[in-house]
Amino acid sequence: MSGRSDKSVPFAVKIVVSGGLGVGKTTFIGAVSEIEPLDTEAAITQVSVGVDSLAGVEGKTTTTVALDFGRITLDSSIVLYLFGTPGQDRFSFLWDDLVEGALGTVVLADTRRIEDSFPALDFFEERDEPFVLAVNRFDGAQHFDVEEVREALGLGDRVPVVACDARDRSSVRDVLAALMDQVIGKHLAARTGGGRARALAR
Amino acid sequence: MSEDSAEDALFVRPFIMTGGRSEPVQAGLRLETLVVAVEEAHVRGPGLEFERQRIVALCAEPKTVAEVADGIGVPLGVAKVLIADLMVGGLLASRQPTELPLHVLERIRDHVRAL
Repeated sequence: MSGRSDKSVPFAVKIVVSGGLGVGKTTFIGAVSEIEPLDTEAAITQVSVGVDSLAGVEGKTTTTVALDFGRITLDSSIVLYLFGTPGQDRFSFLWDDLVEGALGTVVLADTRRIEDSFPALDFFEERDEPFVLAVNRFDGAQHFDVEEVREALGLGDRVPVVACDARDRSSVRDVLAALMDQVIGKHLAARTGGGRARALAR
Repeated sequence: MSEDSAEDALFVRPFIMTGGRSEPVQAGLRLETLVVAVEEAHVRGPGLEFERQRIVALCAEPKTVAEVADGIGVPLGVAKVLIADLMVGGLLASRQPTELPLHVLERIRDHVRAL
């Protein structure tokens, strides 16, 4: 879609960071971002689900959402953005904009409130796009086995489950690398088989 | 439905900037799409309407669509319409591949591993 293909313009790629409220998304993004991950002043006013519904006054909703995002300049031509999904369910209408064109998603979970990750898991499992489940280590939380978490959540073998510490840069890096492996794996699988059907379905 | 609430005022105004249009003339703009003013934009910028002028000024350095919306204080949908107009008008440039080839994905992974 390049209006004017200017080689000096970098292009953006995006990874979505999702999970329940207070699970550590902002911390996770902040651990690797070059910019402050959340500026409470930096709110985006979003007009409801579909702009088409503007015609019907009863369908209107104006909501101000603080967008949680971080930036990592990978090289002179690629910039990686990490976007956090708003924790509250009432902002879920924004999710479609957030996930559109994303490389993949990290779903963060807290073993003390594992059920909080259900809405995010349901959403991303259904989309059949690459994602990994990252279990954030919280002080005071019981030790856990990632396979137990997988079993508890009924996740298939294809979804990587990794332990992480959202405060730690190298730990976040490893989660993102695991996601990229998943992204590349899916890309290759789509090329060899099943990809045709998926491409047609788009 | 009260007609004079602040919410109503906010609700109507933004799309006046787009002449009531809600669909961008160019599809494919995403939250993270980077847009930048072309070199000659500062010459033509002053002739533009207020919001468009501000976008061009804001995009002296590459900015994401999300940052533009935030920067000029309009809803995302409005920002997309205005940005698309400016792209078609040749004032903003953008590079947003729809599908990334394998070697680019691998490059991204290698960069991420090196973080």
